[in-house]
Amino acid sequence: MGVGLTNYIVLSAILFGLGIFAIITRKNAILVLMGVELILNSANINFVAFAKFNKLNIEGHIAAIFVIMLAAIEVAVALAIVLNIYQNYKHINVDEIDSLKE
Amino acid sequence: MSGEVLLYIGTAILLFPLLSFVINLFFGKRIGKASSIVATSILGVVLILSFIIFYSKVFGHFENKLVQNGNILLEVSDKILQIKFTWLDLQTIQLKVGIGIDNLAAIMLVVVALISFLVHLFSIEYMSGDPRYSRYFAYLGLFTFSMNGIVLANNFLFMYIFWELVGISSYLLIGFWYEKKSASDAGKKAFLVNRVGDLGFFIGIMILYFSYGTLLFDDIFGSIAQGRLPFDSETILTLAGIFVFCGAIGKSAQFPLHVWLPDAMEGPTPVSALIHAATMVAAGVYLTARVYAMFTASALSFIASIGAITAFLAATIALTQVDFKRVLAYSTVSQLGYMIMSLGVGAYTMGFFHLVTHAWFKAALFLASGSVIHAMHHAAHHLGDHHTDPQDIRNMGGLRKTMPWTYRTFLFVTLAICGVPLTSGFLSKDGILAGTLAYAQLTGGWHWLIPIAGFASAGLTAFYMFRLLILSFHGEPKTNVAKHTKENNWIILLPLFVLSILSFWFFYSPNPLDAHQGWFPKAIVQPKSVVPDEQQWEFLLINGYNQNEHTFQQVEHASHHYINGFEEAMHHAHYPAMILSLLIAGTGILFAFLFYQFKILNPDTIVNQFPLLYKVSYKKWYFDEIYNATVVAATVGFAKISALFDLKIIDGLVNGSAWVARNLGYFIGHFDNIVIDGLVNLIANLTGFFGSMVRYLQTGRVQTYVAFAIVGLILLVYFLF
Repeated sequence: MGVGLTNYIVLSAILFGLGIFAIITRKNAILVLMGVELILNSANINFVAFAKFNKLNIEGHIAAIFVIMLAAIEVAVALAIVLNIYQNYKHINVDEIDSLKE
Repeated sequence: MSGEVLLYIGTAILLFPLLSFVINLFFGKRIGKASSIVATSILGVVLILSFIIFYSKVFGHFENKLVQNGNILLEVSDKILQIKFTWLDLQTIQLKVGIGIDNLAAIMLVVVALISFLVHLFSIEYMSGDPRYSRYFAYLGLFTFSMNGIVLANNFLFMYIFWELVGISSYLLIGFWYEKKSASDAGKKAFLVNRVGDLGFFIGIMILYFSYGTLLFDDIFGSIAQGRLPFDSETILTLAGIFVFCGAIGKSAQFPLHVWLPDAMEGPTPVSALIHAATMVAAGVYLTARVYAMFTASALSFIASIGAITAFLAATIALTQVDFKRVLAYSTVSQLGYMIMSLGVGAYTMGFFHLVTHAWFKAALFLASGSVIHAMHHAAHHLGDHHTDPQDIRNMGGLRKTMPWTYRTFLFVTLAICGVPLTSGFLSKDGILAGTLAYAQLTGGWHWLIPIAGFASAGLTAFYMFRLLILSFHGEPKTNVAKHTKENNWIILLPLFVLSILSFWFFYSPNPLDAHQGWFPKAIVQPKSVVPDEQQWEFLLINGYNQNEHTFQQVEHASHHYINGFEEAMHHAHYPAMILSLLIAGTGILFAFLFYQFKILNPDTIVNQFPLLYKVSYKKWYFDEIYNATVVAATVGFAKISALFDLKIIDGLVNGSAWVARNLGYFIGHFDNIVIDGLVNLIANLTGFFGSMVRYLQTGRVQTYVAFAIVGLILLVYFLF
């Protein structure tokens, strides 16, 4: 039995679930960011898989490349935010940063 | 130069003085002394541009051209270069405005620019040391801007706007030394008296706008020419003309509104020269000439009578005044009366010619008086004498020796204003008197009073001008101050020289006895009357003469035959008028010498013989007293009654309604406090309660929010699919 579309989607779903898990449970902001990366990549896998097995041809590949580019930008911005958080709080534990409530 | 370029230059002439105003108003304090240099150099540029326009327009030829460029209509012809555009378009109301340059405007531009420039130059020295030095030059800039606006306007709207603007600059400059009560009072008087005339002007404009729906001169005159009359009535047309002329009565200080001009002498002397002698007061004459085509015979008779009365009245007052500037002020009023009279009798060209020649010599007279007052003031200051009035001619005398150059220029321009041959004053005055004679011959009856008033004023003018000259410049110094006066420096003298030189005849006509051989009558031709023929003097109708086609060259050919009957009669009256006016002016001068120089006759005996006449003249025919007793008292009385009405009845009503409102408010307040506020508070409390419940969901932790988002997403997916 070869590797079909279903396998890719399942892999993508697992990756997505892990990403959500990481975002919700990790204290460290860096790890949360890594969760976000996982989610983005699960979407990428979907794009590429649909490009290969379905009618989404070159558009899927292009979308994946766009996502990779966006991920890079997002990391740059997010790390800058994290750095600022560190300078203000001397830590990067997201569950202790709740001044948004005020 | 092409017409478009000239129109651009015209716009520049209009706006440059405004630039001077803005610079001196906002940066005057910072640049200090330099403000005069800035203002004078800007005016120098304006002067050069005005000369370019004058030369190109009056002596040039223009191809007829009509260009419509979007909203802007450009019209170029030999008669006029003008732009018209819609300024305000409300569908129902459409106001068209623009600027136009015809020969009248081109000549007037030079008059304004040259005198304004010379006055700027004169003021550099005269006003030095004044605490509001830059402010003064700012006002002069504002004035020059507004005056150029009047000159360039080709519609009643611009005319009226700039008309008011010269009024306000005149007010500001008369009251320039407002610490002095007499100066601030004079400013107010000038403003209020002018307001009376302007009200009439405004009514006139409204009649025309209501009838024709436009304010452009061309359109209004065109409609009248087609036989459309305001309210279909010739009487209203006459009235509209008289109302518009009311503006000129106020601005040009004509009887009965002449009372403000002598008081306006409280302003700085250069200002008197610029505004109250040469340009602004001539604006009324300019306006009359501008709208000349719409005056009916009755309106013209009215204008001629007003002018004649003013000329005579002011001349009699000037006989006995002792303030140097006041004599000149009454002389100005009298000469303005001449111009208005001239326009009224139909001697259009000569009236405007007199405006121009008078502008030069009267500005020179005023600047010379400024030179004298400046010298007297400095001498008094030097001697530590603060009691001698530097403007009173009884304190002068003998200035011929100490101020020779001022004396020579003053003497020459005095000859000009008296109408002695070889001066410009002779040319224009003689033309006017010939015009009045021709008019009286053609109309007869009581109209003979007009030339009589004209000739009488000519004699009186010669007498009082030489009285002024002899009392202040000849004889021995009457006070210590006069003995210690010194000639002023060249900044003060240069404008005097320039203006006196312009009073020589050869600038206007090669023949010193006849203005008709010069360029002026060819440049300024009486406009064709647009009123119905039966409403105009027959002798003023221009038969077989199409005004739109007139060119400078054509008129030159036509100079041998006359454009209308009046012109012919005026030509025949030329020599009688000349001989008569020379005799009368000579008599006036002779008597002045007999009275004051040789003391053969004693003025005091005349005064003792006719105390009443002397009193009437010295007290200025009691105009101020009469106005104070009637108009002013009535106005003040009415104001007092209005005030009482206000205090008792209006205030009572207001207080009563306030009481009702207060009590009502009290009840409403209670209702508000209890019922409305209760409801509002209830809602607020409920909202607060729910809010406090929901706020527990807000943890401030990003991860909680993400969890909520995912739960929400799952629910969404679940319910949607």
